[in-house]
Amino acid sequence: MQLKKVKSSLKPGWYFMQGDEACAEGAIAVGCRYYAGYPITPASEIMIRMVHRLPEVGGAFIQMEDEIASISSVIGASWAGAKALTATSGPGISLMIEAIGYATITETPCVIVDVQRAGPSTGQATRPAQGDIMQVKWGPHGDNEIIALSPWSVQEMYDLTIKAFNLAERFRVPTFILADEAVGHLRETLVVKEELEVYDRYKAPGLPPFGTEEPNGVPPMPSFGEGANLLVTGSTHDSWGFRKTADSAVQARLTERLVRKVKDFKSEVVATENHFLDDAVVGVVAYGFTARAAFRAVKTLRSQGIKAGLLRLISIWPFAEEAIAELGKQCGVIFVPEMNRGQVAGELRKYTSTPVIPLPKTNGEVIEPDEIVDGIRRNLA
Amino acid sequence: MNEKIFQMINQKAFPTPFCPGCGHGILMGAILRAIAELEYDLKQMLFVSGIGCAAWIPSPHFKADTLHTLHGRAIAYATGAKLYNPKLKVVVISGDGDLSSIGGNHLIHAARRNMDMTVICANNSIYGMTGGQMASTTPLGSLTTTTPKGNQEPPFDLCKLAEAAGATYVARHPVATPIPLIRTLKKAMAHQGFAFVEVLSPCPTQFGRRNTFQTPFAMIKALKSSCLSVEKAKNLSQEDLLGKVIVGEFVNVKNLLYRTQMNAENSDIQHKNKAEDY
Repeated sequence: MQLKKVKSSLKPGWYFMQGDEACAEGAIAVGCRYYAGYPITPASEIMIRMVHRLPEVGGAFIQMEDEIASISSVIGASWAGAKALTATSGPGISLMIEAIGYATITETPCVIVDVQRAGPSTGQATRPAQGDIMQVKWGPHGDNEIIALSPWSVQEMYDLTIKAFNLAERFRVPTFILADEAVGHLRETLVVKEELEVYDRYKAPGLPPFGTEEPNGVPPMPSFGEGANLLVTGSTHDSWGFRKTADSAVQARLTERLVRKVKDFKSEVVATENHFLDDAVVGVVAYGFTARAAFRAVKTLRSQGIKAGLLRLISIWPFAEEAIAELGKQCGVIFVPEMNRGQVAGELRKYTSTPVIPLPKTNGEVIEPDEIVDGIRRNLA
Repeated sequence: MNEKIFQMINQKAFPTPFCPGCGHGILMGAILRAIAELEYDLKQMLFVSGIGCAAWIPSPHFKADTLHTLHGRAIAYATGAKLYNPKLKVVVISGDGDLSSIGGNHLIHAARRNMDMTVICANNSIYGMTGGQMASTTPLGSLTTTTPKGNQEPPFDLCKLAEAAGATYVARHPVATPIPLIRTLKKAMAHQGFAFVEVLSPCPTQFGRRNTFQTPFAMIKALKSSCLSVEKAKNLSQEDLLGKVIVGEFVNVKNLLYRTQMNAENSDIQHKNKAEDY
């Protein structure tokens, strides 16, 4: 990935900031200049930060009439040349699903922040959950090789938003921040460095904007108003955008490339973090806010003589298949605490035959370290 | 002029997908003639459409940037492109089902904001592409595949809807009278603010043959005779107007535009605080 260094938009230093606000600042820093959104708890703080910050940097902001309109206008702005953002929660993602599929097939870079709350449906709007793991991946019909990152701190709300924009532009794919109410509303220290790395959209006038020679390439992306006579359509199309609604060869080639352009280069995306894994025999896999409790739980278990280790998933999609397979070889059992009924735990079982034990919690409260410790001890006994 | 129009069309897109007798071809020609007469540069224009027969008028026919979007969402996509790049001349071309039924929310809100764009609604009173189902514009009593005993839902008056929502230019014309249609399209595209033009376009395949119009010509003729200009309609009673469609210009006013770009210079919001102060 060709990254260039740019100066930070925030004065370098230490800040005491909320997770949602840090997300908005990360977006401004990486060059996001368009935001469209619709009010929803617990993501509204991102929108409120953006309405103040975008005008300062010459960007455009609009509060749309619903989430469908928000994501639609984000896609329109992206084709006009913007790095564009929207933020919402589970119910809003549900409304956006059709347009997310559109962004996949038209290869439109955009970042969607999902500050997850307890569902299903309206559920408990102010309570945290991690129930949208599968929704963002499998919500749209057809196959969608989207990217999703899961921050566990205010620092990562900032850092991963920057990374999400870079990945969205690099792969021309909708990219998610899978946050949750707890990390979104958390206030803690944010360290802003002097410089950050930015990926700028690849442009190559004259080359087809919707196809490559390779079966896994990412084509260049011109913008509206540049004289490219862009033909953008959500129907199956050839490399110049002409609709091919009954050509099986074009359909096969397009659907394969849309998946392989991300999957074949997933080493650029997949990010995990090891904690106490060197000699671990009891594995714990966690992500987002839950990983904080899991980190503490692993330390407690070690103090009690149980060799536990934590594999933290920083990226959720594409899935960290190799890291899970490795962990399975090393450990005799893997525990997965998460604020849902076992969405990631189920995914783990595709890549390891080692027993995977979910530690689900869906009462609208965060998972406590002691609950993970107790859950693991109970199962090991 | 005809040669000029021909050059504005993507030759690779021929033949057009429209059925024999469809009014959308006349509308396509009228839009291109209006643009040619206005001497607009197609390279600075963006045509956005939704799903349906009318959405295929600009995409892939126009030699310009075209955005063929999801069903009903054309205006929302157009809003994003226009806000980020206000230099783009944005024209939305779509059907009645797309713009007023599934996309009705976006239509009224863009009108309310007076978003600077032109919306051309090709109204054929039916869902043509999917096989002739009832639309929110289907006249009372009409036969469609989903109203086998005749439509019992009153239809929308799209122009009244757009006017009530705040559109600053509203007009209606049938494709049967292309000269006033072109004149209206020119005014709409030159208008600063949200311009809405409802274009009555016959669908002989899905509407006409089920509703006593034996030929496309009969349908065009009936369309022409049912239209009454807004000037003539003024002095007529409600009874005289029964069964008539009023055409012409309904609204042409100036109003505050939605801020097309918010930045430190022209924003109407006070930004005394810089990020460091938060």
